[in-house]
Amino acid sequence: MSTPYAKLPAWADYGLIPLINLLVAFLVAGLVVLIVGENPLRAAAILVDGAFGRGQYVAYTLYYATNFIFTGLAVAVAFHGGLFNIGGEGQAYIAGLGVALVALAFDAYLPWWLIFPLAILGAAAVGGLWALIPAYLQAKRGSHIVITTIMFNFIAASAMVYLLVDVLKPAASMGPETRAFAQAAWLPKLNWVIELFGAKIRSAPLNLSFLLALVMAVVVWALIWRTKLGYEIRTFGFSPKAARYAGINETRIIVVTMMISGALAGMMALNPILGSEHRVQLDFVTGAGFVGIAVALMGRSHPLGIVLAAILFGALYQGGAELAFEMPAISRDMIVIIQGLVILFAGALEHMFRPWVQTVFASLAPRTAGLEPAKAEAR
Amino acid sequence: MDVVVQLIDATVRVSVPLLLACLAGLYSERAGIFDIGLEGKMLAGAFAAGTVAALTGSAWIALFAAVGIAVALALVHGFASITNRGNQIVSGVAINFIAAGSTIILGQAWFSQGGRTPSVGGDARFGAIELPGAAALRDVPVLGPIYSEIISGQTLLAYFAFAMVPFTWWVLYRTRFGLRLRAVGENPAAVDTAGISVPWLRYRAVICTGILTGFAGTYLALSQNAGFVKDMTAGRGYIALAALIFAKWKPVPAMWACLLFGFLDAISIRYQGVAFPGIGRVPVQLMQALPYILTVILLAGFIGKAIPPRAGGVPYVKER
Amino acid sequence: MADAAIQLSGISKSFGPVRANRDIDLLVEKGTIHGIIGENGAGKSTLMSILYGFYQADSGEIRVNGKPIAILSPNDAIAAGIGMVHQHFMLVQNFTVLENVILGAEGEALLGKGIAKARSELKRLEREYGLDVGPDAVVEDLSVGLQQRVEILKALYRGADILILDEPTGVLTPAEADHLFRILGQLKAQGKTVVLITHKLREIMAITDNVSVMRQGTMVASRKTNATTVEELAELMVGRRVLLRVEKEEAQAAAPKLVVKNLTVRDSRGVTVVDDVSFEVRAGEIVGIAGVAGNGQSELLEAISGIRRAVNGTVLLDGEPIDVTGTVDPGALRDRGLAHVPEDRHHVGLVLAFDEAENSILGYHDKPQYLKGPFLDIPAIRADAREKIQKYDIRPANERLRTANFSGGNQQKVVLAREIEQDPGVLLVGQPTRGVDVGAIEFIHRRLVAMRDANKAVLLVSVELDEIRSLSDRILVMFAGRIVGERDGNATEGELGLLMAGVEKQEAAE
Repeated sequence: MSTPYAKLPAWADYGLIPLINLLVAFLVAGLVVLIVGENPLRAAAILVDGAFGRGQYVAYTLYYATNFIFTGLAVAVAFHGGLFNIGGEGQAYIAGLGVALVALAFDAYLPWWLIFPLAILGAAAVGGLWALIPAYLQAKRGSHIVITTIMFNFIAASAMVYLLVDVLKPAASMGPETRAFAQAAWLPKLNWVIELFGAKIRSAPLNLSFLLALVMAVVVWALIWRTKLGYEIRTFGFSPKAARYAGINETRIIVVTMMISGALAGMMALNPILGSEHRVQLDFVTGAGFVGIAVALMGRSHPLGIVLAAILFGALYQGGAELAFEMPAISRDMIVIIQGLVILFAGALEHMFRPWVQTVFASLAPRTAGLEPAKAEAR
Repeated sequence: MDVVVQLIDATVRVSVPLLLACLAGLYSERAGIFDIGLEGKMLAGAFAAGTVAALTGSAWIALFAAVGIAVALALVHGFASITNRGNQIVSGVAINFIAAGSTIILGQAWFSQGGRTPSVGGDARFGAIELPGAAALRDVPVLGPIYSEIISGQTLLAYFAFAMVPFTWWVLYRTRFGLRLRAVGENPAAVDTAGISVPWLRYRAVICTGILTGFAGTYLALSQNAGFVKDMTAGRGYIALAALIFAKWKPVPAMWACLLFGFLDAISIRYQGVAFPGIGRVPVQLMQALPYILTVILLAGFIGKAIPPRAGGVPYVKER
Repeated sequence: MADAAIQLSGISKSFGPVRANRDIDLLVEKGTIHGIIGENGAGKSTLMSILYGFYQADSGEIRVNGKPIAILSPNDAIAAGIGMVHQHFMLVQNFTVLENVILGAEGEALLGKGIAKARSELKRLEREYGLDVGPDAVVEDLSVGLQQRVEILKALYRGADILILDEPTGVLTPAEADHLFRILGQLKAQGKTVVLITHKLREIMAITDNVSVMRQGTMVASRKTNATTVEELAELMVGRRVLLRVEKEEAQAAAPKLVVKNLTVRDSRGVTVVDDVSFEVRAGEIVGIAGVAGNGQSELLEAISGIRRAVNGTVLLDGEPIDVTGTVDPGALRDRGLAHVPEDRHHVGLVLAFDEAENSILGYHDKPQYLKGPFLDIPAIRADAREKIQKYDIRPANERLRTANFSGGNQQKVVLAREIEQDPGVLLVGQPTRGVDVGAIEFIHRRLVAMRDANKAVLLVSVELDEIRSLSDRILVMFAGRIVGERDGNATEGELGLLMAGVEKQEAAE
């Protein structure tokens, strides 16, 4: 039961097959570009240039990547515990509240370097609590966590609309958003780092949250592979039976894992709110919670892979914006397609090419791939 | 009285796409294939309907196209979850994204109207149908308005949707296909040992899902609207999923659940900002969130227990 | 000689390197009840699955009623008049009896006529064979015995002339089993052929006409039931293998370390799987629990180790009670000196995706020597793992490799090293050498004896009779959830085999 397929060398398992999956996803995306009547290769070139061609672009790419690192880590932590947190979107959205309340309360009194840690706590706490209810219901009442977290996305969206329209909006303002924070609460930009390399940046939203995201990637790595809690999360994720044997409390693990996941998703709110827009706006998450699923799948739930995948998606977002200028037929929504294709091929169809790769391996070296006789298959 | 009739009429109208999507999900999930991709299939169907209606001027060809594209996406889901035994949740999420992205990209590329398809009218839409005697009966007290305002004057697809409720019930409980469908969602091994192909049965179930989501999309694009608007499903696929759970995967309760959720929607549209006596002003967002909140409470087992089909979400692998 | 209902010749089937069936010949006469007996893993179920079209044989020929046929799917088997009652029922729990019976044999696309026909047909079958079950009852509300009748009805409704029953009495109460045998007798009287797979000799002697014995994938003998004895069958079943006696001194058993009193466990279906079991294990002895798999040994171990909740009974560890009927933290039991080598090392004893070092602390991961605050002390864990690798000769000798890539024997050594090196007072061991190569078996056996000699209490559960006999100082035999006999370590295969097969003979009785 461990694996339904024969064995492959590790590099093929962890390198080759994911690479093939990714390539196919991009090939199909290229097909869409063709249908639209543009040249996919030219589109790819514009995209790469639009993402990395100038310091300005790189800063934007990393700004978007910041969001995806947080949400990707959130999904990955849950994956390690055998849980599917599809609610990162809602957890990030509602966590905007935590950030907003801290900033609105203290921007007149405290400097950013005191507001920032408080806002981190606020975001993590609200995001974590939003994940607590689905987690508790899963652990204690057996409610399917995928469904409840989806429901909580919508509940979060409704709650935020209500708060922004009816509660937090200043009387004088038209748009459904909070008042702008005082400059004291703004996070420092990181654009100067890119300028160190000689690039010029007019204005870009890359800010300190990016460093926080990288720190969280390291923290998640340490949590999962270096702490007792991480050990317990992984044990439960791989085999709930082994976890019970080892005396690991199921309820505790589900709740703690989901709260960590929710807290990470929540921290995503810092980047646009405290780092860029300096207010809470409607729909500021813009799907980053869902991109996290693609990022986690592509990064194989490892923080390093997630950072790389997040930068790839950041590049797609930024490059996609530039692409939309050059090729009006292709808007940034192209990314949504790519995201879907990546989730499909790297996730749901993960094993589609495996038999084929195995055949190739077997024909190359008949002895390395353990050949099991084809079992009776229901076709 | 007028208010009540109008409210019920509005409820019926907003319930139709929910009902079609909900019944669509019922076929797949009763066969043991979870489908959170209803939203995407509906959206793709709506886009296909809008596009083809604009190009051909025929609502029927548009419906055909919508069903075709929705079935194609359903088959992708089937391929991932039946043949490749992939994660059904992941596959559903993927389909939602692919649909969301490509409808906008293709719409913009083909029509350059900000993701819309051109407005259509006449034969390119499924318009309201006046039932015989509707005008004559209008003035009869109570029954008159119910017949002429609520029952009459709906579109063909709405009648179809409500007709699908008893039909689905009949299919599930009175036909061989339905028996096997229910069986494969509960215990695929029992179906397999009875000499029936599990994959083929499940593929047929997801095709049914595709067909009905195609209808749901067509209703949105060509009955409720006069063309496709980007992201026009606006979460209805998820509400339908909630309704399906709320209905405990049964067709007649599914209708009531969809009408209930539609009613909440109708109220929230009609009474936006109106203060109710004794309650005060109910935020419209609370109304919108209510279907989701109710579903969570149900899932938590506080109002009855929603037991999903036993084999749901689990790929079938022959033992040993 | 009567006509052959089934004739198999030269059937072979391999799963990878495992040869489940080797060159099997079998002849089942029409209108008889034919028993097939053998230990677990003897290949009985595989053979029947081939006959029912679940698997295809690698080679060999199947004849049904004299005609050679190819059975490629259950459909072909059904068409040839073969019906099967599976050990795990293939029923849809929330369907009615009627719905279950017609599934796959509905007749036409609409159910109306099929249901009506099935209703009258069921009446007839119920009358003829005493198979009374209400057609409109929902299956999940039925007792296990009645569910089994539904399975039989399913097969008969499809017109089966040959009925295969796979371990049909495993889940039945004695009264239910007797009823089943009466039904089988009826079937035979009506000219049906019955193939009964079982490991219970009592059943074979009670109702079969002929019996075939399987051992390790081969068919070792076929007998007329009235021309054989339980002793002969037991011997054929377990074989006369050379006993690998482990060198050991006479046990110096001292005070009881583990006392089990009136322990009762039910499975998720509510079937009593451990039935009022009492025994004790003293320091310095190995107590072996013999029995054919599925007679409650696994659940017994799980209940004692806190993985499964018991419904009744008490367990004392060093005189202190374990709350077996409440919530037990297996971790707390470890702290009290109870170690457990579980039967299922792939899903319970190990996390295969973990590396060897990670697995070597599973369950002990909160011991201070492996931690630095909330962090794992990786260098200490790896050093500790390397030490165990040395001591237990685990190969490959690399604590950073994924355990999934280790052989069965080395995986088991990882578990054993982990549990033994914590120096527990009581060691529970389930199937210590299942899927383990010969060299490792000897090593594992010596380790267990060394535990005993270090004055520990060892409770050993194994379906390998040799293993039980060569290691145990006392042997308890479990059958149908009960301990049916106790023998000392010198008991013969024959007497144990009889006990395991549920035969309580006068001289075997206590």
